[in-house]
Amino acid sequence: MRLISIPILLVSTFLLSCGGGQSQIDKIKAQQVKKAPEPKSLAEAEKNWESDHGIGPIKAFTLPTEIDQVLAASGKETYEAMCTACHKAEEKFIGPAPKGILSRRTPAWIMNMILNPDEMVKKNPIAKQLLMKFNGSPMANQNLTEDQARSVLEYFRTL
Amino acid sequence: MKLSTRIAVPILGLCLISACQKSGVDQVMTGDAANAVYVAPGEYDEIYAFMSGGYSGQVTVYGLPSGRLLREIPVFSKVAENGYGYSEETKAMFNTSYGEVPWDDSHHVELSQTKGEFDGRWLFINGNNTPRIARVDLSTFETVEILEIPDVAGLHCAPFITQNSEYLVSATRFSVPIPQKDVPIDSYKENFTGLINYVSIDAESGEMALDFQIEMPGFNYDLARNGKAKSHGWSFVTTYNSEQAHSLLEVNASQKDKDLLAIINWKKAEEYIAQGKFKERTTSYFHNVTNEATSIVESRKETKTRILTPSECPGMVYFIPVPKSPHGCDVSPSGEYIVGNGKLSADQTVFSFDKLMEAIANENFDDEIDGIPVINFEAGLDGIVEQPGLGPLHTEFDGKGNAYTTYFISSEVVKWDLKSKQVLDRQPTFYSPGHLVIPGGETTKPYGKYLVAMNKITKDRYLPTGPELAHSAQLFDISGDKMKLLLDFPTKGEPHYAQAIEASKIVSKVKKFYPIEENGHPYSAKNEKETRVERKGKEVHVYMTAIRSHLAPDNIEGFKVGDEVYFHLTNLEQDWDVPHGFAIQGANNAELLVMPGQTRTLKWKPQKPGVFAFYCTDFCSALHQEMSGYARVSAANSDIKLKWGLNDDELRSE
Repeated sequence: MRLISIPILLVSTFLLSCGGGQSQIDKIKAQQVKKAPEPKSLAEAEKNWESDHGIGPIKAFTLPTEIDQVLAASGKETYEAMCTACHKAEEKFIGPAPKGILSRRTPAWIMNMILNPDEMVKKNPIAKQLLMKFNGSPMANQNLTEDQARSVLEYFRTL
Repeated sequence: MKLSTRIAVPILGLCLISACQKSGVDQVMTGDAANAVYVAPGEYDEIYAFMSGGYSGQVTVYGLPSGRLLREIPVFSKVAENGYGYSEETKAMFNTSYGEVPWDDSHHVELSQTKGEFDGRWLFINGNNTPRIARVDLSTFETVEILEIPDVAGLHCAPFITQNSEYLVSATRFSVPIPQKDVPIDSYKENFTGLINYVSIDAESGEMALDFQIEMPGFNYDLARNGKAKSHGWSFVTTYNSEQAHSLLEVNASQKDKDLLAIINWKKAEEYIAQGKFKERTTSYFHNVTNEATSIVESRKETKTRILTPSECPGMVYFIPVPKSPHGCDVSPSGEYIVGNGKLSADQTVFSFDKLMEAIANENFDDEIDGIPVINFEAGLDGIVEQPGLGPLHTEFDGKGNAYTTYFISSEVVKWDLKSKQVLDRQPTFYSPGHLVIPGGETTKPYGKYLVAMNKITKDRYLPTGPELAHSAQLFDISGDKMKLLLDFPTKGEPHYAQAIEASKIVSKVKKFYPIEENGHPYSAKNEKETRVERKGKEVHVYMTAIRSHLAPDNIEGFKVGDEVYFHLTNLEQDWDVPHGFAIQGANNAELLVMPGQTRTLKWKPQKPGVFAFYCTDFCSALHQEMSGYARVSAANSDIKLKWGLNDDELRSE
């Protein structure tokens, strides 16, 4: 009884205290209206992939033209240890294949997906569509360091 | 928010009063109790309270002030729920000199200390029935070590820690023949001996070792505390049954007006050990320690113990009389006052460390028992708290000069002033408290904001649940002059002692997963390429991995009736809160819960030909229901070869 009553009283007090001008609920509604419509398919979400750098610690950046083979080799090692339970280099498995990924995702998007998958699949339009496409199978956060994620990205360039 | 709670509580209070006039409701109504214990959704509690589980054998972790149960840590009882004590890695934790003992009665939680303050590294707890002490690592909240204590019976008096975690002090509750031998019980006085045990703690690893034991008269040793600050280097141990009765103790052990408090100079004992003044005795006890690299419990059988005898080691042990069958023995934060809680006395006895030292220096002794001088009672006495209540059991301190004692018989907590011995406040508890805890209450720096009384009797406090009821704990606010009851909450098992620590001392150290690269388990598979099945005669080892949401391999053929199959499951996840489970039909032991980065092994003996399902038991993703597989079992004489895989095109064979 106490458990039920207190939240009710709290909520009503909260609502009352917002009186005068725009209510909290109206504000939320207004924000929702302003938002761009959600993409309805992966293809639609991917339309702007070149400007989608994902959400997470990595900001947009450009890769050097030359592939760093040493870095790629260490990335391959990390990939094989941490990622192969769900990803095969050249074919769809539990998750998508990384081969050719740079022709559909930006470098920052890829690293943010590795480093911050929980938030990505909740908020990023492409990642959200991918989660649906892969039947809700989540991208596991394997807690790679930024350096490790960068090396895995370099390895992807060699595929 | 404050306003609303102020409105809500009196209204609710009125509803409760009109409903059934429950005791204690009026106490709560005097203040803003609901607000004081409300921890908003998503917010953390301020304090961790670690409660012993009593006959559950475990430790429970509560958040304060909310009273929310956060976790039950398996310690002395096997737990089929996660495989603790059943998995191949953890089963050795239960080895003792009596074989596997899968349960115990856990009483007193002690947190590790540095310089007289909790440091948040380890938790120690005793097993009463088959004498043992366990260590829980507070970075993982897992039991990592159990040490058996030899030649004692009923290790109730344990494991009390010194201010730099040098030692855990413990003592026998029931004196017994040492070494054990077949003698008439009525030869008690002649044949029964007590022991006080000093277990050292490695400052780096936390690993325990039985350092030495002190041979004592055949009394019952009940509870202990170590000196701190000025009294660091001394231990205080209460005794009862100094009558040395062996039957109907209820009457026969309560004959004398006073029993004895043992006072041990353990620094002196260390000197005698260094001088070689000990006798080495052959005995038998087990020491079970988790190997950090492999995460497998390794069991060692130990056979030697070092004994010190007080009559041969002057200046090491003293007695002083205490009225009357004392139970708890508690040392104030300054180390000056030693409170003897005479459970059958109406008065509370307080000794002064300075006076005790003076009496020892002046050899103000009345008697001698087995070479142990008995200090004159008046000489060590600081004062008496007169008639504070009935049945004092335990005392804790708030660091502001006050002591708080539980009174079992009169069912209350009494606050009194350490210096003046005047009673300052009393509050009823519901009902009959045993131990109480103030966060940091045993240390030199108590965090004197809350007090939790752990009651032995529950009766009408909660909705009835048949003849058996959860024990009740009660949270008081002790920040003001008067104690204020804030909250009742049910507890698991029977919490005896508890210790509580500021959450900030633990939160930053908590491990979120086990790094897979540090996994040194000999049967781990650190990625799916390493998964395989190997046969060694009738033993079959399955190197299996789990990640959201499949087990690899998930199709295995070639098991035979009569095989002993070991499923070694490595959880490949490297994220917080992603355990995977493993269960297989017909397993006669348990299931496994495997933490990220960890390897755990379930043994399975297929009993009949057929195809048997296995699956993940811990809902891990939207595809959790798909996380399953099949094991094909053929007749014992079948020539079907081992074959395994994930996806048909992946099948491999031996």
